[in-house]
Amino acid sequence: MEVTLRVNGTAHRVDVEPRRLLSDVLRHELELTGTHVGCEHGVCGCCTVMVDGHPARSCLMLAVTADGAEIRTVEGLAGPDGELHPLQDAFRRHHGLQCGFCTPGFLMTALAVYEEAPRMSDAELREALGGQLCRCTGYAGIVAAVRAAGESVP
Amino acid sequence: MKPPPFAYHRPVTRDEVDELLAELGAEAKVLAGGQSLIPILNMRLAAPAHLVDLNFLRDEPDEPVVDGGALAFGPLVRLRAAERSPLVADRLPLLAEVLHHVAHPAIRSRGTVVGSIAHADPAAELPAVMALLEGEARVRRRGARRTVPAGELFAGHLETTLEPGEWIEEVRLPEQGGRGAAFEEFARRQGDYALCGVAALATDGRLALSFVGMGPVPLRLQGGVEDAVGRLVPEDDLHATARYRRFLAERLGARAARRALGAA
Repeated sequence: MEVTLRVNGTAHRVDVEPRRLLSDVLRHELELTGTHVGCEHGVCGCCTVMVDGHPARSCLMLAVTADGAEIRTVEGLAGPDGELHPLQDAFRRHHGLQCGFCTPGFLMTALAVYEEAPRMSDAELREALGGQLCRCTGYAGIVAAVRAAGESVP
Repeated sequence: MKPPPFAYHRPVTRDEVDELLAELGAEAKVLAGGQSLIPILNMRLAAPAHLVDLNFLRDEPDEPVVDGGALAFGPLVRLRAAERSPLVADRLPLLAEVLHHVAHPAIRSRGTVVGSIAHADPAAELPAVMALLEGEARVRRRGARRTVPAGELFAGHLETTLEPGEWIEEVRLPEQGGRGAAFEEFARRQGDYALCGVAALATDGRLALSFVGMGPVPLRLQGGVEDAVGRLVPEDDLHATARYRRFLAERLGARAARRALGAA
C-alpha cells in the first residue's frame, strides 16, 4: 500500500506492507536509523518519535496508520549545519548518555517537555520521562540534562 | 517481533465500519490507538485475518462532549485529549486523576478511551472507572444499535459481551456531580501495570469501590472496604502474590474511601 510519511518536513511516498511498523519503515525504507528499536512492545521507549506534535511509540503504530501524519525523528533535531539542538547539547554536557541506545527515545520524549513545559518540577519531569528505559546512566544525568535544557529556554 | 500478515481496511464512516465488520465477522479486529492491539500483534498473541483501522474516520470528535449528564467519548478521543480536557477536569475530575496513571505520556498520545474499555483488561484503570461510574457503551453493528451498561459489558479477562460484527462507537461516563471520588494505585514504576488499584465514589455518604487487577472483570462493590476486599479474587503471578494484592487492596481501599468521603 502506498502511503505518504512526512518526516522532519520532507514528504516521502513509500510502498509498505500494512503490517509494517512505523519504526521499521523509518529505519529500513527511509534509512533513518536514528530511531532505535528495543522491545517492540511499547515498554522501553527507544523508538519514541513525535507524531503530529506528540511523542508516540513508533513500534506501536503501523506505517499505514501514520499516512499523512507529521513525524519528527531524532535526525530532525540538529540544525542544518550540524549544530546540536539545546537538548542534545545538554545531554552531552550533563552525561545524559553512555552507550546511546536509549538516547533518541529520550530526546524525542524530552522534546515534548522542552517545547510544551520546559520548567517542570523534578517529580513531573521524572514522570514525563518515566516511560523510557536506560540501562547505563542511572537517569540522574538525563534528568539534569533535560532540566538544564529547559532552563535555557528564554 | 513484527505483526503477522493481515488484510488492511480503512473505512471513512461509521457505516462503512459496520459493513466491513458484518462481512468479515470474527476474523476482523478493530484498530484505533493500537496501544494494546499492536503489542499483541507484535508478540503474535493474536493473528486476526483483517484489521479495520478507525484512524481515518471523517468528522470524528477528538475531544469528549457533554451529553445529557454524561461525558461522551467517540472512538478517536485519545487518552491524552481526555486527560487534558477542561470538561473532564470540571465535570469528571476522577477520570483526569485516573488517566494520569494510565501508562506513559507517549502511550496516552495514541491510545483511546473507547479502545481501553473495549480491550477489557481487568488490570487496566479505565474498565474499573467504567464499572464504578456505571457508564455505558454505545454499541453498533450493521442495521442495529444498542446500549450496554458497564455491568453487562465485561465478560472476562480481555473479553466483552460484544458479538462478532459489533463495535463500540461511544463510551459514556456520567458526570461526577457533587459526588466525592478518589483513585489510588500501587505500581512498581509510574505508568506500569498496577499490582493493585482502586477507584472510590461517595454518594451521600454511601461508598462504592471498583478495583484494578483484582479479578477477571472489574466489579462495582458497594458498602465498606472490608466487605469489598472480601469479594475480590486476585491471583498469584510473577509480580505479586494474591495475599500481597489483598493487603494492598485493604490499604489502598481505605485510603481511597477516606479521600472520596472527605471530598464529598
